[in-house]
Amino acid sequence: MDAKVIKEEQIGRSVPRMEGAAKVTGRAEYIHNIRLPGVLHGKMFRSRIAHGRIVSIDTSAARAVAGVHSVVTGEDIQRLIAEPYYGPAFHDQPVLALHKVRYVGEPVAVVLATDPHVAEYAAGLITAQYEELPAVFNEVEAATSPIHVHDELKPAITFPDLKHLKGKRGTNIALDYKLRRGDVEAQFASAAHVFEHEFHTQHIMHTPFEPFVALAEPMDDSITIHTSTQMPAYVRLEIARLLGWPENKVKVRTAWLGGGFGAKVYVKIEPMVVALALLARRPVKMSLTMEEQFYVIGKHATTFRIKSAVTADGRISARKCEVFWNGGAYADIGPRVSQKSGFTSTGPYRIEHAQIDSAEIYTNLPPAGAFRGFGIPQLVWAYESHTDIIARALNIDPLEFRRRNILREGDEHPTGTAMRDAEFEEVLVRISARMGWDQPFDRGTGTKRRGRGIAIGVKASIAPTTSFALVNVSADGSAVLFCNTIDMGQGSNTSMAQLVAQVLGTSSERVRVTQADTDVTPFDMGTLGSRSMFHMGHAVRLAAEHAREQLEALCAETGIEYQDEHSIAQAFRKKFGMQAGNIFGVGHYTSRYQPADHDTGMSKEITPFWMIGGTGIELEVDTETGHVTILRMVNVVDAGRAVNPRVVDTQISGAALMQMGATLSEEMVFNEGELTNPSLAFYKIPGMRDMPVAIENEALEAETRSGPFGAKGVGESGTFGVSPAIANAIDDAIGVRLYSLPLTPEAIYRGICAARGEPLVD
Amino acid sequence: MTVANRTIAFTLNGAPVSAAIGTHHTLLEVVRDTFGLNGARESCGQGLCGCCTLIVNGQSVSGCLYLAAFADGTDVRTVESMAVEGKLSSLQQAFIECGAFQCGFCTSGFLLMSEQLLAQNPNPSEAEIRNYLSGNLCRCATYPEVIRAVRLAASRPQER
Repeated sequence: MDAKVIKEEQIGRSVPRMEGAAKVTGRAEYIHNIRLPGVLHGKMFRSRIAHGRIVSIDTSAARAVAGVHSVVTGEDIQRLIAEPYYGPAFHDQPVLALHKVRYVGEPVAVVLATDPHVAEYAAGLITAQYEELPAVFNEVEAATSPIHVHDELKPAITFPDLKHLKGKRGTNIALDYKLRRGDVEAQFASAAHVFEHEFHTQHIMHTPFEPFVALAEPMDDSITIHTSTQMPAYVRLEIARLLGWPENKVKVRTAWLGGGFGAKVYVKIEPMVVALALLARRPVKMSLTMEEQFYVIGKHATTFRIKSAVTADGRISARKCEVFWNGGAYADIGPRVSQKSGFTSTGPYRIEHAQIDSAEIYTNLPPAGAFRGFGIPQLVWAYESHTDIIARALNIDPLEFRRRNILREGDEHPTGTAMRDAEFEEVLVRISARMGWDQPFDRGTGTKRRGRGIAIGVKASIAPTTSFALVNVSADGSAVLFCNTIDMGQGSNTSMAQLVAQVLGTSSERVRVTQADTDVTPFDMGTLGSRSMFHMGHAVRLAAEHAREQLEALCAETGIEYQDEHSIAQAFRKKFGMQAGNIFGVGHYTSRYQPADHDTGMSKEITPFWMIGGTGIELEVDTETGHVTILRMVNVVDAGRAVNPRVVDTQISGAALMQMGATLSEEMVFNEGELTNPSLAFYKIPGMRDMPVAIENEALEAETRSGPFGAKGVGESGTFGVSPAIANAIDDAIGVRLYSLPLTPEAIYRGICAARGEPLVD
Repeated sequence: MTVANRTIAFTLNGAPVSAAIGTHHTLLEVVRDTFGLNGARESCGQGLCGCCTLIVNGQSVSGCLYLAAFADGTDVRTVESMAVEGKLSSLQQAFIECGAFQCGFCTSGFLLMSEQLLAQNPNPSEAEIRNYLSGNLCRCATYPEVIRAVRLAASRPQER
């Protein structure tokens, strides 16, 4: 037998998650668990009005409570930070409200106490006087309203396409992405068919089960921030900017995240805990409640007006998209959502004439930002409902209509970027094959009517972005990966270890991955938008290759054959005379990208890779109650090569079920800007009994040639098709078309009544 | 804010313990903050999600709603009791094998409820599992994997 050990292929192995034992024994570390001697707990007092000037804040009763350390307001923060405004796109969000409040729930003051119950009690004793201002809540109204949420726009330097908004006054529009390709109006004038619809989506919240939590610990000449974040490097950068400190005086560390879903990107409560800790000169911890999470960040409500010209033979010749994104009172990363997703508003179709206007709009509601899918689910909801309506109106099978228009390899997306490694048609083929689309279908009888629907969506990656990674091989041959990709449940530590093991020729179980700590883990833009497997995957691959080159050189120098950890250990011992030393492999990767032209919105290279996901639904509607039972959900994605097939499968179904909640039940209900249901009692996320009767997932056998080992991101693709596939199936079942999410039994029943000419009164 | 204090004594994962508590403290706070057992966690704070599940006198309770004062004289178990001398239970092993968790924040509650289910019904159908675990929420929606894990553990009854 060959003396060389035959290494098992690590890519494509369903390696069990490395943190499995820690998670099933309850021992896994979360920031939620941190206790520090001398820590103060902060509890917030929040605005009860949607828009107004702060006249006075009375904190005297709170200060008088035994056990209260201090009460802090926006003016106190300003003693520490002269310009206490943060945000990735705009420096618009004050650490605590200053001069004005802009939404119900905005933090106005914080009570610090050793006992969190004391802090909470005292926060309830604070009162504030406001001079109320008129408020604006609807995104379409706000686009032209004389009521302005901010007096002046203050773009951060980060994004070049926001520069032109600097100093702009008298507007709520925080980004205005435009695409202009061909001449849509000429097509509408001459087309065989023109269709026009308006769709709506609702505000929803991520509700990660580990609510926002952060602890800031002032040190001699630096500060340590323990936080449940998806973006440690950005937190460090933004805190350093606010304080005017060098980055190396700010240390940000995380543990396992109890869910993120986009809620924990950029900075959230970190500026507040840092400012409080520096003012109090004590460690400060803030643990938000589930209720409070709803006031931090959510998913954009949208209005999407879509108009298509279709030829006599069923080809889409032109499409015009007008998307209004309800960004809430602070921009957060909303402008990026409305641009990065906005440019895909025409869908995965070959359309020669296209026009897109996608606008991020300030309103007096809680902020909206990134949410699993980064805006894509709202868009797919509209364009795939619209697509189905067209197919049915033209009496073309909805699957056939999609196949007739779908983008194929090499086709130009309306932005001008050519399609590469984007298996749209194959996704449709696999969904329809699994569903038996060409087979007869049981349509139910009496009050139980059955229907089926299909939908497909596309997403671009966030670009350009950068990832760094470091692989440290110790003298016994064992390796540790230092990387800032945050494992919030998506299994990234396990799959990154697989990449290291593949390159070094060891087994994945032998590789350890550190939790992020910006003192030692190198820069990464952040864990969002399904970018990590592609970007960090490349950086990790390069770091491991760099380590391997040095290990092979060490082996060559010491006359030992490079084989496994044992031979590496021998080489170290021979070189250093004992078990001593390290080899550091470093790697970094920046994606290729060409910014969109400001006037046309076009680019030859708008994304480093495309994500594709589609869903097929079979369901039953109870026509007496409007209740829907999903009998079967088929999710198919192009995720490139699956590094860990089981993790990929779980990502697909988890994403799809999350989007099912957003489709059928979840909604933040506002009354004049006041949220009426910030609680899992009245904000219904899916439980086990809400699951489809049957769910099946498939990751195509595909390869992303530009990706590490052929892989790309998959965390969001399962969300894309779910909402419209359900709406299309409802239409198929009962002939009722719904234009607004969520598709509650009430909405469906109202649709049934309206369809038979007996609309219910509101 | 007036706070009444008292001392309670109970059994925690098989060992007799006592704790000084305020009457407003929940059993979850005491288990976590006094005894450093972090497996049960507060999430929704309303007894709706199951992340804080504890077993009191053999019955599952929402630790975030259960006042510590009522635990005086009871037998309390947490997820930390499931592995014996470092050996994972059959359910814990099945959860790992089936990948029945993602972020893991809700996992302790699912494990304790699944254990209680299998004690009452050693071979539950999928519908029975869905029903029994419907009070535990998983925002990562790892439900299909949890169902598979419970069925796998049920197929290995002797180790449970």
